[in-house]
Amino acid sequence: MTRTPILEAARLVFRRDLTLAWRRWDEVTQPLIFYVVVTTMFPLATTPELSQLRLISGGVVWVAALLSSLLALEALFRADVEDGTTEQWVLSGQPLGYLLLAKVAAHWMLTGLPLVLMSPIVGTALGLPFEAWGTLVVSLLAGTGTLSVLGGIGAALTVGVRRGSVLLSLLVLPLAMPLLIFGARAVTMAIDGDSPAGPLQLLAAIFFLALSLGPLAMSAAIRISVEN
Amino acid sequence: MASDGALFEARAINAWRGDRHILRDVSFTVHPGEFLKITGPNGVGKTTLLRVICGLLPAETGDMFWKGRNIRGTADEFHIDLAYLGHLNSLKADLTARENLKFLSGLRQSLTAADVDAALDRVGILSRGDLPARSLSAGQKRRLALARLVLADADLWILDEPVTNLDTAGIALVEELIHEHVSAGGLAIAAAHQRLLDDAAILRRLELEP
Repeated sequence: MTRTPILEAARLVFRRDLTLAWRRWDEVTQPLIFYVVVTTMFPLATTPELSQLRLISGGVVWVAALLSSLLALEALFRADVEDGTTEQWVLSGQPLGYLLLAKVAAHWMLTGLPLVLMSPIVGTALGLPFEAWGTLVVSLLAGTGTLSVLGGIGAALTVGVRRGSVLLSLLVLPLAMPLLIFGARAVTMAIDGDSPAGPLQLLAAIFFLALSLGPLAMSAAIRISVEN
Repeated sequence: MASDGALFEARAINAWRGDRHILRDVSFTVHPGEFLKITGPNGVGKTTLLRVICGLLPAETGDMFWKGRNIRGTADEFHIDLAYLGHLNSLKADLTARENLKFLSGLRQSLTAADVDAALDRVGILSRGDLPARSLSAGQKRRLALARLVLADADLWILDEPVTNLDTAGIALVEELIHEHVSAGGLAIAAAHQRLLDDAAILRRLELEP
């Protein structure tokens, strides 16, 4: 038998999580439902006037996306740590960070990507003009991706903590603030007809920073959690 | 360097759990073709010792050598040669027995469907291959976890209470697996309360004292 190459190992982790999610789809759809419900409540609570909603639409969509992504993150590693799967990952001889990144990627595809795809519809309901669709989608792609990695680090750190969700929010939300500021700003600029390139590039930079350092932080955190 | 041809050597391992000093200067060697059985009363630190050997727990002081090289710094290479069966079975209840092996043992070795079937057959649960792990009995789950050892292609087996939940035939299976592995030049270290290969020539004991 031959050693599994790391890409193949990461693909196995990714596929395993998709298979598991397919059998437990109710847990996966929860953030998406939260997202749609929250954004549809805003016109009811404020004003149905599209010209006024448009002013806040970028911010509303972004805040809702951020919170619903966070909602799904808490339990990210819990089941795997409790049933001993991560133990075996640590001992697999594969670089743990990449396996965890593959898991986060699967998680993003199941929870982040649907939010991104849904956002133009949700935005339109809030009066977001068609011209800003592209900016909204691109900013959310980078934003939810970064948030998944940041949340992955947080979830890895809090996995051994009972009721870690409060701690997770405290850890991750401050780090997510730049995403919210740049993301919402980019959408607002696009609505106003300005070029959103500046904030989008900053978002992309943060995304790649998280992507490169995230695996290191996650694997260090998981190794500590496995010690218990 | 390990003296006298031992593949695995632990020197003066000390480990703490919280404020309890559990392992005090534990030293031992394991040679190829040897099965080291760790015994001792509950809470004496058998699991702790096994987890320290694997590198899942840090030792406060002490060194461990694998094939003459200090494990510190070469952990990934050591892990390739090591298969660990903890008291958790590391199974996903929603995946079938086959999928469990494919997705976990597959991380170590490239597996074909035939490899997986052969391993399931070896541990006697081939007919349960397509059932979700949640519907297996406790003993069958343990057998499924044992199938990972068969697939691991590792020189060193570390087993934490391997016969938990197993029936008489299951215990015989574990003894057979260990015996085969060790006779082929492998090493095995196990913590066990029950009888396990107690009369075999390959057995050496390590008694931990509180």
